[in-house]
Amino acid sequence: MSQAAAPRFPIESGVPDGFQYMHPLMVKNYGNWKYHERPRPGVLHHVAKSGDEIWTVRVGTQRQLGAYELNMLCDIIDTYGEGYVRFTIRSNMEIMVSDAKKVEPLIKAFTDAGYPVGGTGPSVTMISHTQGWLHCDIPGTDASGVVKAMMDDLYEEFTNERMPNRVHITTSCCQINCGGQGDIAINVQHTKPPKINHDLVANVCERPSVVARCPVAAIRPAIVNGKPSLEVDEKKCICCGACFPPCPPMQINDPDHTKLAIWVGGKHSNARSKPMFHKLVAAGVPNNPPRWPEANAIVKNILRIYKQDAKDWERVGDWIERIGWPRFFELTELPFTKFHVDNWRGGRNSLNASTHIRF
Amino acid sequence: MADQPKNPEKHASYLPKEKTSTKPFHDTPMLDQLESGPWPSFVTGLKRIAYENNMMVDLLGQLEHSYKTRLGYWKGGTVSVFGYGGGIIPRFSEVAKMFPESKEFHTLRIQPPAGNHYTTDMLRQLSNSWNKYGSGLIAFHGQTGNIMFIGTTTENTQHFFDEVNEYGWDLGGAGPCVRTGMSCVGAARCEQSCCSEHKIHRLLVNNFLDDMHRPALPYKFKFKVSGCPNDCMNSIQRADMAVIGTWRDDMKVDQKEVKKFVATKGRKYVIDNVVSRCPTNALSLNDDDSLAVDNRNCVRCMHCINVMTKALSPGDDKGVSILIGGKRTLKIGDTMGTVMVPFMKLDTDEDYDKLKEMAETIIDFWAENALEHERCGETIDRIGLVNFLEGIGIDVDPHMISRPRECSYVRMDTWEEEAEKWKQRKTAG
Ligand code: HEM
Ligand code: HEM
Ligand code: SF4
Ligand code: SF4
Ligand code: SF4
Ligand code: SF4
Repeated sequence: MSQAAAPRFPIESGVPDGFQYMHPLMVKNYGNWKYHERPRPGVLHHVAKSGDEIWTVRVGTQRQLGAYELNMLCDIIDTYGEGYVRFTIRSNMEIMVSDAKKVEPLIKAFTDAGYPVGGTGPSVTMISHTQGWLHCDIPGTDASGVVKAMMDDLYEEFTNERMPNRVHITTSCCQINCGGQGDIAINVQHTKPPKINHDLVANVCERPSVVARCPVAAIRPAIVNGKPSLEVDEKKCICCGACFPPCPPMQINDPDHTKLAIWVGGKHSNARSKPMFHKLVAAGVPNNPPRWPEANAIVKNILRIYKQDAKDWERVGDWIERIGWPRFFELTELPFTKFHVDNWRGGRNSLNASTHIRF
Repeated sequence: MADQPKNPEKHASYLPKEKTSTKPFHDTPMLDQLESGPWPSFVTGLKRIAYENNMMVDLLGQLEHSYKTRLGYWKGGTVSVFGYGGGIIPRFSEVAKMFPESKEFHTLRIQPPAGNHYTTDMLRQLSNSWNKYGSGLIAFHGQTGNIMFIGTTTENTQHFFDEVNEYGWDLGGAGPCVRTGMSCVGAARCEQSCCSEHKIHRLLVNNFLDDMHRPALPYKFKFKVSGCPNDCMNSIQRADMAVIGTWRDDMKVDQKEVKKFVATKGRKYVIDNVVSRCPTNALSLNDDDSLAVDNRNCVRCMHCINVMTKALSPGDDKGVSILIGGKRTLKIGDTMGTVMVPFMKLDTDEDYDKLKEMAETIIDFWAENALEHERCGETIDRIGLVNFLEGIGIDVDPHMISRPRECSYVRMDTWEEEAEKWKQRKTAG
């Protein structure tokens, strides 16, 4: 047997310095920009205090990029751009160029290659998505598929700027919700308690940590068939799935009872109103691959009404605060149920303690 | 959308003519339906890889199986590179009997540069390395902010890491540790920026690399940096420690540009979309079409500046606000971060040291006092903001609250002492 090579110690270099990859005009004018405009959807024009100008073309991607796509996109950037690119938090590529004349050829090259240019200003930008069945160990649904199906339908809203304000849509494929707050969020919602695989618990489960994980203390240690296991108080259980990651035998995912819920009015920015959480508007939506038409229809309907009814610069949450929730349910024709009334801690703060009522 | 791409060899819908992978494709009727439509298809992307790669042939099979049965089939495990405890997301297939080639399909989380800047050369180099040791599939970026190199075997995680680590890339966080940070484009290309996001991001994260690479905290801890209150990095809600640029002097108003804006957009537009949208009624349009700003009541929400990008901009006395304790749903429900530092300057090295020390104090106190699997925001919830502040040595401040207490059930026999502290702080500074 040959001698094993000595293991290589990692270089703990941490976050790489971005300046080495940054467009030279961005390095030069770092911290000294004056203003920006949007000459057309998908394009930003920034002017520095020095007078330097830079144009940015924003391109939607499928987030998961293979060698072919990456090299093809890089070819376009090298041929029509200047070799510099960055990614937004929503997986859009931004290609920076120093000359306005390069913008149209870049747009044409991306469009010809099947990549949409847009996502700026009051548009529906790329849906920020999680991992789903492709790669996560706990998902109740896919993420890339939901996003692909939805962006196909919202394509024209990505490439145009005709919403009242920007629309950020998010998805989460479990109720831990690793997707963020969204103007509209499409999230998994389980509707039945976990089915426990007792044979597995005895072997793999760290019971105290599972018991501790449950937000409503619904899990108890128990002896089942003479072996240590767990039991769930099904009356208490809120079907959140929090016990599933630490304990895979707590099988929460179900082909029929795992549903989708739609939430609206979340917002991260401090502009106008303070940041807001999104709120439940629809649930019981079937988890229906490969194109999730039911969820898609609800989202498109909400967007249609938002587009008609909201004022310029109102985010979905701002708009609903102005028109009130009764009107929102009236306009969208979504049913209002007892599940919309919050009974979680602090939930009473969400009740109307006034005679402010719209007729 | 044209059905026939002009240049099919260079198009999102391109598929190779020759199949070099030896394993036959599985039927994927459901996934195939995600190949139509105008948005670039990740399924076509996976198929392209599968033309050359047996692992991806079986991956597509497993994914189709998930679509058909509406269930996921990955389980976790333990995989790490030599010297580190975290940063790899191990995935072992539960249906490896049916899809043996993708039985191991691990992800490496690699930290992107601050601001997510790349040259095409670097993207190609990363892609080549990943093609050599993994599936070739890369996600830009995951929800935490990492570049996710998706799909490789246990053995190749080490080889890939060794290769990219040599040219400047390091693993991010996974598990109970300091996680990969995020910062907006900010000063590099945004006139709203009030701080050096880049510098803050690298300073904070790179100070905790031991806590990132060897997970031993109660749970995850995330830093996010946004250059202004537009908070493009979603930091208030999604970071344990959010650092957000702001300013404390008057905002800058170019009245000539204001008048131009009023002239082109009209008074009604300006009143309806700027003046009346200010959350604190701090704006007023003067009779001569110039703008009056009540800077003492402006809460730096950014709205008017976002609308009138040429006429209005942040002031000169810039710094940051720091909020602690944002997180998503597990376990007590979503929480927003809370103001911990209303304003601090970040000009000198000492200022940056102060920021670093504050992060250390917060993480130390949280690590010592949190329950297992408890995020910082949950600790604050459980022990109360006042106890948390005492633990990290920061004084109470009215900027930390939306309104004072509304319930009288509290013991206040040390009121005199506390009032005295406030007076002393006022006279001191
Ligand atoms: C502060 C006090 C206590 C705490 C926090 C506590 C907590 C727990 C927890 C979390 C479990 C589940 C452990 C597992 O899943 O393996 C457990 C199990 C148990 N505890 Fe306690 N316990 C406490 C006191 C006691 C006392 C005083 C007794 C007996 C007089 C007791 C008897 C048991 C028994 C019999 C079990 C079940 C063991 C089994 O499942 O086989 N505990 N306790
Ligand atoms: C030697 C003395 C005691 C022993 C061994 C003991 C043991 C236990 C155990 C094993 C439990 C169940 C824990 C669980 O379900 O997780 C329990 C619960 C409880 N014990 Fe005791 N206990 C003792 C004394 C006391 C005393 C003196 C009090 C009250 C003055 C008390 C009040 C309670 C209460 C209220 C609960 C229920 C807590 C709940 O369900 O939320 N115990 N005790
Ligand atoms: S939302 Fe949940 S299931 Fe989806 S990727 Fe995140 S942790 Fe996994
Ligand atoms: S699903 Fe949630 S509520 Fe139900 S037992 Fe598991 S952790 Fe508790
Ligand atoms: S957070 Fe502010 S500074 Fe950063 S990119 Fe967004 S608008 Fe610009
Ligand atoms: S930044 Fe916001 S709070 Fe300040 S004046 Fe403008 S609109 Fe009002």
